[in-house]
Amino acid sequence: MVSDCGFSYSFQARGLAGARGERWLFDGLDLTLGPGEVLVVTGPNGTGKTTLLRILAGLLPAAEGSVGWEPQPEDGRVALHYLGHQNSVKGALTVAQNLAFWQRLAGAGDAAATAAAQAAFALDDLVDLPARVLSAGQQRRLALARLVAIPAPLWLLDEPTTALDAGSVKAFADAVAAHRDRGGMAILATHQDLGFEPTYRLDMGASA
Amino acid sequence: MNGFWAILGRDLALARAESGGALLAVQFFALGILLFPLGLGPEPGMLSRLGGGLLAVMALLATLLALDRLFQQDHEDGTLDLLLTSPAPLWSIVLGKAVAHWLITGAPMLLAAPLLGVLLQMSWPAIGGLVVALALGTPTLSLVGAVGAALTIGTRRGGVLLALLVLPLYIPVLIFMSGTVTAAETGLAFGGHVSILGAIMLLSLVLTPWAAAVALRQVGD
Repeated sequence: MVSDCGFSYSFQARGLAGARGERWLFDGLDLTLGPGEVLVVTGPNGTGKTTLLRILAGLLPAAEGSVGWEPQPEDGRVALHYLGHQNSVKGALTVAQNLAFWQRLAGAGDAAATAAAQAAFALDDLVDLPARVLSAGQQRRLALARLVAIPAPLWLLDEPTTALDAGSVKAFADAVAAHRDRGGMAILATHQDLGFEPTYRLDMGASA
Repeated sequence: MNGFWAILGRDLALARAESGGALLAVQFFALGILLFPLGLGPEPGMLSRLGGGLLAVMALLATLLALDRLFQQDHEDGTLDLLLTSPAPLWSIVLGKAVAHWLITGAPMLLAAPLLGVLLQMSWPAIGGLVVALALGTPTLSLVGAVGAALTIGTRRGGVLLALLVLPLYIPVLIFMSGTVTAAETGLAFGGHVSILGAIMLLSLVLTPWAAAVALRQVGD
């Protein structure tokens, strides 16, 4: 059902400025993403990549400027996924329980989406294991599976491929490609070459 | 109500998976009560007279035990970001957390209280009053505690700070809980105490999910 229809949103930020405590990290940042567009944010450590993503996700207030959608996503629908350095995985729960909890919380996603997510990140053999016995890379794959298990028009990903092996990085690139085909948008902060060409690049080091 | 049921179900599943951790509060509650006869001596009249107050105070302290983990764990593993960006209203998530906390700490204490009352040689009317008082009082403790837990996320030694923040707010509940027991024991009408406990619980039910949600929004990093 949901997986068949695409997204047609655009996401924009105007005059965005971010600060951590007293330290001003960036200002006057404008960006606009349309359906199927991907922005890769690069830059040395400490230039505000994480701060930018957290502001875009609404987790931190912007020092200046605003973030907006066109059209505004409906209330109660998942508008975006934010995946930070931590995986949001509960070690005491099994892989399947973690996925099921995320879907219930979002009120979105179905069995087909779960199956697709498990297949995309090679989790099928791990579903009944408690997440605490997974390796760092496997836990990251579980966290990434959330993106596929719950459809959302915008992905905000902070170093998504940390701890992933080459095969899993490829799986992630495929997931991003499928997401773009459906009109999804993504903003990624990364140091790695992910093996696909983004629509835009933003170098935080250059703008500072 | 997606958020409420999702969080409630997950927190109960977590409590079950981390077996032992779930019943820690009620074990602390019972053990604490068992220490008083040893410390105060076995004089029958004294224990039955003090029993209601002791049980009420121990209920407050036992409630605090699991509180500092209420949001802290989710903050540490990144789940809080997920909760904050989810479309579910934040108050429903807080309410789910508070209800789960009560089912794990308050409800077992409610079940253990009559037994401990007998142990302290409390009279049957007093035990009846105690059960009513705990049934109405402990949900308030979990709800108000959720606000304290939300405010102390990310602070070092948050557990101590949480106790200092929340215990003063528990005082009205304590007064009316032990008031109920005393009135029941002496055969006086305790409807007034019970009504006030009920009123405090309803007020907390309305205000605390909203207050804790505001506090959670400030966490940010």
